[in-house]
This record gives sequence, C-alpha cells and structure tokens, in this order.
Amino acid sequence: MEKRKRRSPSKRPEKAWELRLYVAGQTPKSLAAFANLKKICEEHMAGQYHIEVIDLIKKPQLASGDQILAIPTLVRKLPEPIRKIIGDLSDTERVLVGLNLREQK
Amino acid sequence: MASAKRTKGQPKLLPKSPTGISGLDEITGGGLPKGRPTLIAGSAGCGKTLFAMEFLVNGAGQYDEPGVFVAFEESAKELAENVASLGFDLKELEKKKKLIVDHVQVERSEIEETGEYDLDGLFIRLGYAIDKIGAKRVVLDTLEVLFSSLTNESILRSELRRLFRWLKNKGVTAVVTAERGEGTMTRFGLEEYVADCVIVLDHRVTEQISTRRLRIVKYRGSLHGTNEYPFLIGKNGISVLPITSLGLSHSAAKTRVSSGIKELDNMLDGKGFYRGSSILISGTAGTGKTSLSASFVDAACRRGERCLYFAFEESPSQILRNMASIGIDLAPHLKNGQMQFHATRPTLYGLEMHLVTMYDTVKEFEPSVVILDPIDDFIAIGSQAEIKSAMTRIIDFLKIGHITAMFTTTVPGNETASQAIMSVSSLIDTWISLRNLENNGERHRGLFVMKSRGMAHSNQIRAFHLTDHGIEIGHMDFARRHNGSSQS
Repeated sequence: MEKRKRRSPSKRPEKAWELRLYVAGQTPKSLAAFANLKKICEEHMAGQYHIEVIDLIKKPQLASGDQILAIPTLVRKLPEPIRKIIGDLSDTERVLVGLNLREQK
Repeated sequence: MASAKRTKGQPKLLPKSPTGISGLDEITGGGLPKGRPTLIAGSAGCGKTLFAMEFLVNGAGQYDEPGVFVAFEESAKELAENVASLGFDLKELEKKKKLIVDHVQVERSEIEETGEYDLDGLFIRLGYAIDKIGAKRVVLDTLEVLFSSLTNESILRSELRRLFRWLKNKGVTAVVTAERGEGTMTRFGLEEYVADCVIVLDHRVTEQISTRRLRIVKYRGSLHGTNEYPFLIGKNGISVLPITSLGLSHSAAKTRVSSGIKELDNMLDGKGFYRGSSILISGTAGTGKTSLSASFVDAACRRGERCLYFAFEESPSQILRNMASIGIDLAPHLKNGQMQFHATRPTLYGLEMHLVTMYDTVKEFEPSVVILDPIDDFIAIGSQAEIKSAMTRIIDFLKIGHITAMFTTTVPGNETASQAIMSVSSLIDTWISLRNLENNGERHRGLFVMKSRGMAHSNQIRAFHLTDHGIEIGHMDFARRHNGSSQS
C-alpha cells in the first residue's frame, strides 16, 4: 500500500513511517519508550506514522524476525533502510538521528 | 550424572554432562559441569565453534539432550555448511526437534543507543528456543560480538552477569566461546562470568608442522588432567588424545601369544610373547624385521585376532608382495577384514597428530595386535624428550587395551641401536635384535633376544633365515653348516 519514495521526510505521503516498538511486558522502561515515541512522532511526522507495539513476553517467537536483542527496541521498518534504536528513547536528539530525521552531528 | 560412588563422609562429586567427544570425557572425568557454564577460549581458527557444536550434536544424538546453538557470527546456513565436513547433519537434528540454531545478528551500524535498556530480547529469544525443544544444552558463540556492537559496557556487563545466573536457573549446561586476549584469558574478560570450567585451545605451527592442543585451565570441584592434550579435527568430529603419561597401574597380562615362528617361541621360554607387551625388533636394513612382524600378524590373524599394521616406509602392496615371496600370505586376512593397513609418511604430520590418528584407529578397529613399521621416522621429527613422551604414550595406551605392540627400527651399521632407541628401550618388554654376522668370509643373519621381561629367554644368537616358506630359525653352527643351503 505504501509507495516507496526517496528519502525526503517533509514530503511523506500517508503512513510512510512504519515503526515497531518491541517491549517485554509493561515495564517502566517500556512505558517510557512508548510515551517518548508518541511524543516524537506527533512532533515530527504527525499523521504519517504507524506504531506497532509488540510485546515479546506474549509473542516470543517474533524476536528473531527483526533480530531483537535489547529491550526496548524501536525498529524503523519504513522508510528503508531498517534502523534500530534501542533504549527508552529518552534522548530525543539521538532518536531523531537514529530515525534519520536529523543530520548526524 | 555423578561419576563416582559416594562413600561415607565424602562430598558428592559434581554431576557432569558427557560431551561424547573422543578423549575429552576421559580427561574431564565424565564431561563438562552439568547445569553450569564452561568457557572455551582460543585464538581464531582453533576449533572453539566445532567443539561447542559437537557438544550439542552429541547431546542431541547420543544423550537425548536437545540443544540450542546461539550463533552471533555465522548464519545458520554457514554453520551447517562448516560442520557438514565433520559429519554433523544439523538439518536432520533440527527436523527432529533436537537442535535449534538461532542466528543473532547484531549490526553496529544499524543501532542507535538512546537511554536505558536491557538485553531482555536475548533472554526471551533464548528462553523461547530452549522451551520449544526442552533443551538441556546451550552454546553461545560468541558473546564477544556484543562488545563490539553495543557501546554501553556497564549495561552489557551487568546483563551478562544476569545471563549466566539465568542460564544456571534454567538448568542448562552452557558452553561459551571466546577469543584469547593478549595477556588476558579472553579479550573481553568473559572468564569473569564463567568461573566453573575453562578450557583453552591452542594451534601451534612448529617447523611447518601444526599441532592442536587443548588444556583444562580450571574445573571447579573436579579432578582433571592438567596437561596439554593434542587433538585432531577429523572427519568424524574432534578427537582428543587423553593420554600423557599414565600411572604404571596396568595389570600384568599372564597369557602368552605365539610369534608365529615356533623356534622363536622356544627362545622365549617356550611360549612366545606376553599378551599386551611391547616388542621391539631392531636390525640393520634388510635383515628381516618386516618379515618378523608379518609372521606375527599372520599367526594372530589365523587365531582369529585382528591386527592393525601401521606402515611408515613401504606401501602395503609392497609389503604384501615381499611377504608373499617368503611364503607369508597376508592377502586373505586383508580381504576378510582381520587385518588393516594404515600407511602414511610420518613427516607429513606432527608426532602428536599421528598419536591421535593411531588412538582413533585403534579404538575403532579394536585390534589385538598393532605393528608400527618402522618407528624411525617418528624419531626423526621430535626432540629426545618428545619422542620418549610419544613412545611412552603409545606403549601405555596399547598396554592398557591389552594390545600386543610390535615396533621395528633400523639401526645404522652394526651398532646395537641408535641413541634414540636406547632412550626408549627401557619402555620395551621384549627386544629382539637382528644382526648381520660375518664369520669365515660368510655373512649370516643372526637373531638375538636382547631382553624379555618376565620370562627366561634364550641367550643364544641364532641363525635367522628367510625361506620361501617363511622364517626359519636355526642354530649358528658354522663348522657343520652346508654352504649355500638354507637349512641349518
């Protein structure tokens, strides 16, 4: 459904950002990560993102697909290439760099 | 799996998980510590992954303990290909749900670290795989990859500590591989977390000959051999030679075996050699040492015993042909499997590699008689100490198996023996010397029993003839001998 476009964050069509947040149960780190993520997404790609939360405690078999080691891990599935950001996402700048929304300093 | 009986007052011995790796269970007194982690450290290419894999494969195949192999460096496909040459069929085991190979890919460039995290993802993956097949064995090859991919070392180290506690609680026997560090056991200090058992692998090349060695640096709660043991990576997996120098505790054999030559048996107290003894046949080139060995083999095979003939100078077909010319026909024994030839040039491999091969072959074939013809080239490839150590090991190992061993050696000129032989002669039970003797302008072959422990043996030099119907030993009586005849 999504068309693949060249990287140009400000000109994204609908739901161009496919994000998956891997957590392990409702731990403080996981809740913090989700909250931080929502905040960042609303601020930088409102209306163009889709977050899927995958709880590995409920579905452990999904850990190998995206090669998840650390929790929490945010995987940017789209746009490509795949990027992984691990941690509670409290460092907004690094999250943006990781998502390629910022130039790497 | 406790490996010893409990006697009153003695602490219970650590239960062990058998590895099934030839020789390793002997050195470790039963295997690796059950339910605990073992560290295998070695430089690149030493064989750590193969050891770990064989531990799992044998666990799955022989001990009904399914296993999980967590590969951080190779993909599942690469691994399967690499171990296929050892005869391990990973796909089969995976199909039978006895093995899971999980490739954990950590790509440094893909990852950005932003805040607090833990390695629960790894725990969950591992737990899932273990629970899926009821695994009792786990391999982590190699956790060090995490150090190059994740920059927050304090999180990493505390998670590693947690991982090993978790593995212990899961009750799995874990094998962890790591690379040797410069001056430290491992590059990233994994030995800190794996305190129960540490095995170090080594791969040395001296004078163009490579030898692999294994050493148990630590095994908490267990007696273990502390020496370096050579090992081979062969087509059936890994073979460790578990013998360095054994205690002199082998029981003395009492039965005797014929040499195949009646007169020689007569010289040996009328009964021949002791079963399980070591026999050295020395003589100048062409005196008939191989012929003596062949007679012995022929007699043993006729008795229904199996013989293993290690040929280091002549090809088997040459030996067969030469022996046939003196009436000793070994071909039928070869055909019906009573006898096997193993021919190699000793200088192709190091002494230790030969030992391991011999050990493996003997274990597989279970002969009653082993011939090493000749041992000279072994003597050429080591120092005095190494040769003596190697000979001791061969002799001890064969003695314990009650295998009668016969060694031939060529001595230069008409000396009794080279220096190297003299140093090993103390290890030999029976020493037969073949000499060329000259008298009255004639040359005769003489046979003399230099020593033979545990029996009254002849002290005469007897005439030794190779006829077309075998070896004949007669009396040295120059005055009455007929010229040119082969009778005496």
